[in-house]
Formats: sequence, C-alpha cells, structure tokens
Amino acid sequence: MGKKSSSGAASKRRSKKQPGPAEVDLGLLNPILDKYQDERGAIIPMLQEAQGVYGYLPRSVIERIAEAGGAAPSQVYGIATFYAQFRLQPVGQHVIRVCHGTACHVNGAERISETIENVLGIKEGATTPDGKFTLLTVVCLGCCSLAPVMMINEETYGRLTANKVKTILKSY
Amino acid sequence: MNTKAAATTIKVGLGSCGVAAGARKVLEALEQEIKGNGADVDLKVTGCIGMCFREPLIEVSNTNGSVIYGDVTPDRVPVILEEHVKQGKPVAKWIVHGEGYPRPDDSFLAKQYRIVLRNCGIIDPENIDEYIQRNGYSALPTVLRDWSPERVIDTITRSGLRGRGGAGFPTGQKWSFTRRAVGTPKYVVCNGDEGDPGAFMDRSVLESDPHAVIEGMLIAGYAIGASEGFMYVRAEYPLAIHRLNIALDQSRKRGYIGKNILGSGYSFDIKLKQGAGAFVCGEETALIASVEGRRGMPRLRPPFPAVSGLWGKPTNINNVETFANVPWIILNGAEAFAALGTEKSKGTKVFALAGKTARGGLVEVPMGITLREIVNDIGGGTITGRPVKAVQMGGPSGGCIPTSLMDTKVDYEEVTRTGAIMGSGGMIVLDESTCMVDVAKFFLNFTQRESCGKCTFCRIGTRRMLEILTRISEGKSRPGDVDLLGDLAQKVKLASLCGLGQTAPNPVLTTLRYFRDEYDAHVNEKRCPAVVCRALLTVEIDPEKCTGCGACKRACPVSAISGEKKKPHTIDPAVCTRCKICYETCKFDAISVR
Repeated sequence: MGKKSSSGAASKRRSKKQPGPAEVDLGLLNPILDKYQDERGAIIPMLQEAQGVYGYLPRSVIERIAEAGGAAPSQVYGIATFYAQFRLQPVGQHVIRVCHGTACHVNGAERISETIENVLGIKEGATTPDGKFTLLTVVCLGCCSLAPVMMINEETYGRLTANKVKTILKSY
Repeated sequence: MNTKAAATTIKVGLGSCGVAAGARKVLEALEQEIKGNGADVDLKVTGCIGMCFREPLIEVSNTNGSVIYGDVTPDRVPVILEEHVKQGKPVAKWIVHGEGYPRPDDSFLAKQYRIVLRNCGIIDPENIDEYIQRNGYSALPTVLRDWSPERVIDTITRSGLRGRGGAGFPTGQKWSFTRRAVGTPKYVVCNGDEGDPGAFMDRSVLESDPHAVIEGMLIAGYAIGASEGFMYVRAEYPLAIHRLNIALDQSRKRGYIGKNILGSGYSFDIKLKQGAGAFVCGEETALIASVEGRRGMPRLRPPFPAVSGLWGKPTNINNVETFANVPWIILNGAEAFAALGTEKSKGTKVFALAGKTARGGLVEVPMGITLREIVNDIGGGTITGRPVKAVQMGGPSGGCIPTSLMDTKVDYEEVTRTGAIMGSGGMIVLDESTCMVDVAKFFLNFTQRESCGKCTFCRIGTRRMLEILTRISEGKSRPGDVDLLGDLAQKVKLASLCGLGQTAPNPVLTTLRYFRDEYDAHVNEKRCPAVVCRALLTVEIDPEKCTGCGACKRACPVSAISGEKKKPHTIDPAVCTRCKICYETCKFDAISVR
C-alpha cells in the first residue's frame, strides 16, 4: 500500500486542526480494503467493517475508502449519510438504542426515552460528557412482543418501565 | 453429546425475542444443572416457536410426549429438571402448552397452519442435518434431477403464491418474466430488509430456519436461469446474519451451493449483503442501488428489475417469506398450497401480532381467516382488557382498520379495500388508550424521515403533513387543516415515484376515514379523547384524595410537584410535561389526567 504514508500525513495535518479523536490509525483499514479489492459495489460493506473497527467513520477513513474504491470522497460521504447505520462522530462506551417501533410507541417508548434523557442529562443522539453513554433512537428492533424495548450494546431489555430503566442504567 | 439418544430432550427457544427475554440465562442454567446432576438430557437450541408473549420458552420431550414451559427463569430450571425429568412428573403450573394440559393459550396455536414456520422452533437453525431430517434439501434435488425450469415456474404459478413482501405480485409470473428476459448473468435477490416497524417475521424465519430460504432461492435460481444470488438483510438483525452465514457455509460444504450442484450442471452462489438502515431499500429498485453500493434511491419502472436489475441484468427479487414457501410447494404440490386461502390469495400468511394484544408473537394462518379470529381467538384480545379500537396493518404503508370491519377476510384484495394493505404482515392491535391522530403522526414522522428525497411530494409533502398533524395534536390547528391534510395526502400518493411515497399517506387517510371524530375533538374541542396528546392534557391532584405521601413528588422527572409531607400536593402546570408518571405512581387514585 504505497498510499499509506500520504494519507497518514493527511491525518496528521488534521490532527493539528481538530484535537480529540484525530489519531486514526489507517493501517487498521488495510485488511478490509484488501478483502474487498476485487468486489463490485463494496463501499457499503467497507464502511460497515470500518465502523466496526473504529466505532464510527472518521473523515480520514472515508477519504481512504473513497480512494480505494475509485470514488470521490463526496460520494462515499453521501452514502455514509444516507444510511442510518453510519455515524460520523465517535460514540460513548455504551450505546443505548431505544426502540421507537410501532408496538413500542403505543406502549410508551417516548417515556422510556424521556427517562433516560433525564437520568443521563443528554438528548437523543448525544453522548454524555464523560463518554460513558450514547443515546440513540432506532426504528424497530423486532422484539415487538416485549415492547417497550431498548438495547444497551448487544444486550436487549424488554417490558420496560421508567423505574426498570433507572435500575438498568445504574448497573452500567 | 450422548451417542445413544437421551431419555429426554430439552429445546430452548433462542430467537431474538427469547434472547431478549432472558433465554440465554435459562440455557446456561440448564447446562450447569444437567452437568451438575448428570441428568440424561439431550439439550438443544432452536429458533422461534412463535409464542413470544411467553418467552423464554423451553420444550421438554420424552416418551410420554412433549410440553412447553413458558416464562421460564433460571431458578425454575432445577425444579423442572428434578420433577419432570427425574421423577417424570411435569410441573403443570408452568406448562403453557402440551397434550393433556389444556391451557387458555392453546387457541393461540389452534387456528394456525404452518408452512413458512414449519421448522421454526423445532429444528436447530445452526445444524443443517436437522433441516435435512425435516425434508429439507429434498425439493432441490427433485427439481434438479427431474424437473425442467418451466415445470418449476408452472408449479409456482399454479400454486397461486404471491409476493409476501407487501405488493402481492404473483411469484410464478415474476419468475417467468426474468426467465424470458434477455441477458446474462441473471440474478436472484432475497429481500430481507424488513423495515416496517412492527414486522418481524422475516427476522424470525432467517433466525429459525435459514436453510428454507436458501433452498427457495436455489430453486428460483434454477427456474429463471440465474447463477448468482444476494441475500440483503438488515444489519439490525445480527443474529439472523450470524445464522445465515453459518447456514450458507454448511450448505456450500454439502454441495447445495456452488458449482455443478449435486452433479446437475447447475451452478449458483449466494452472497450475504447487510442493509445499512434505510426503509426505502425495501423498494426493489432502491434495494438494487444499495446492493450495487450506492445510496438506496428508487428509480422509475419500467424497465422492471426482471428485465434490467442488478448491474443492468435480469434480476428476480422476492422476499424472505416468499422463498420459504417454495420448497414446501415443490414437495407438496401446487394444489396443496392452492387448496388453502381464498380465490385470489392462496396459501398462508405470517403475521407479527403486537401492540396491545394479549398474546404477541408470530402467527401463520390460512388466507381468508377474519381479522377478528386473529385478534380475538389467536391474540386473545387486548392485554389491557380494554376493547380493541383498531388494527394497524401494513406498517407505515398501511392503515388502521376499525373494529366495525373486524370481519374483513385477510386476503390481499379485501384488506386493500379497507384502505390498509396486507404489507409484510405487521399487525398492531390498538385499544381505546391509543390516539388515532397520534398513530397517524407517528407513521408520518417515520416516512418523512425515511423519504429518500427524490420526489418533491414525498420529501416536502410528507413533512407538511407531519406539521399539520403536529399542530392538530398540540391544539394549534388552523381552520381547514383537516381538509388540507386530506388533500395533501391524495397529492403525495399521486406524485411519488415509489411505494414509499405512494403509500405514506395511508395511515392518515384511513384514520381520517374511520376516526374523523377524533380529529374533530382535537381541532374543535382541543381535546384528545384517548388522553395521549400531551399538549391537550391536564394533570391534576385531587386534594381530597391526596395523602401527601410524596411518592409522586419523588417520581416526577421534572420536579413539577410540590407539597409538604402529609398535606395535599400540587402540580405546577408550567413545569409539568404530562408524562403521566405521577398518575401511574399514585396508589390513592388522587391524580387525574384529562
């Protein structure tokens, strides 16, 4: 990968401008880029796997994937912002996904979100200042019979009430 | 595992619902206990049995028959093992279904007819041999050895199978279009981008019986002359993806997928693609764009994908449930399938029963059954005990069917006549505590967010509709708003390119049609009859009944309640968000919400 040094330099340049999560090790992308080298229409899986590695899609990663896929960074950015799965900001240690599907909605999902917002002091989409929790809303987790439902990381919690949510949050 | 068959088999349902309800902990407890006391038990894992409302579920079978235990917790495990397995005395009080144990939940299963769900909750989805033991991968060799592609298409056509993803297009006809289309290679795509909030049957089938879908795709590929298939599954379904990957590997190793399948000369490979979260990708041209790695935006049809689909080649797209029907039809014959259902809607349909239903879960029923039978007999009415107010069918593209139409037969044409659609099969039961304006607003909020933005009427029209609904729900409606809403709904329907925009107004149109009085109450009286729309609510404490216990004060998330101990409390309406938490906390019935 001869391009490695130049994109490494690019990320260093940016790290001066934006402090924080700019230390992106683009080397971690190489196995993904190699895997999809010869596959048509692989930008979405590349972005998915990259997000699996970095937790989100840093700008330098989008640029590197664009370069590898022979697309303009704007095109890849367009794809990344079209699909709900992709995040352009880093997320907290624990990601909370509150289901707002139909069954959850009619069974009080709004109140569940509100309770979490009150307990954590953040709004939907935000991350707590200590980086512990990110609060997201999702459309349907497909566990409609257990509504209202939320997921924290990979764990699903069902038949929620405001009190149950408070107890669950305390356990993290 | 024992070499000889154990005296008792215990199956643990590990679908997503089961896992969410704690089935993994039950499985761990079983593993430990069995190891600990050396019980002669063959412990197995299976998918979704369908009785989601009783999860976690385990099935215990021995020579005396089999029973299903519901609401199983780890501390019930030792009791079941001791009494049922060791002493041979089933723990009757925890049994939810089983021969010799009549239970109220029996009616949940009694009216069902399982074709698509034939193996769900019975086989271990991660073990191909269990699928094979249930006649799996026997339709494929039959077809490859003895049937011409034309015969396959003719059989599917005669069976009357229609697309289960929502639109209900005849499957055999679709296959025949793709077969006749000029161009190679041809592709088969399985649409597993189950985006309707409230529908989870495709997830369940993929998690519980992945090989049935794979076999269906292989047969479709043979029939239309395709060489490659794609399974497009939502990334939000990690368990389904995990099990599909296992199934694809196993199937490949046994030679059902790959080159020269079973020596027939037919080659077919299947790749798994993960959807990245866009409702519009359920639309076939948008799905194709997404598989090609682009933004999932639909395009004008024709040309239909059958003629020009993936990378411009003839492509056949069917949904998960449709494919799962195919091997059964080949093995049992078109006539057996066509014997079920109504004149134009044959076979069965799987519904995801949820909302205020007493028994939520997956049900598969013959077409033509009435809504009343599904909601009352299978679903057991409402969990709240309040009367059913409506049934929402078809998700954001569907509509609300009122109780007066509960005798509607479940059939593509009959459901469409009500203004709803069959859709993928989400069925949300609504009771009198559900506000129909709020339901319409909920769906519009969804569709306006999910609109890809290509068509103006869908992009902006749905947003304007949502604004009007928001005004109505907040008591800020302007004169003529309801008529404007109806007018806009018609125009969005007419001027949108794809199914998303064309059907997005359905929740509004059906609620306007059947629940106009509720809109009027919001608009004219600034009142929400179902006591849902917060801006219109008044929350008050009755000083006569309030004991001043302070429970509401402690529960209030915004500190809107004040009062001294043992003296009546009051709510500051300026701070109160009308979340009703205090109302639910009060043990003295002192708080009223109007």
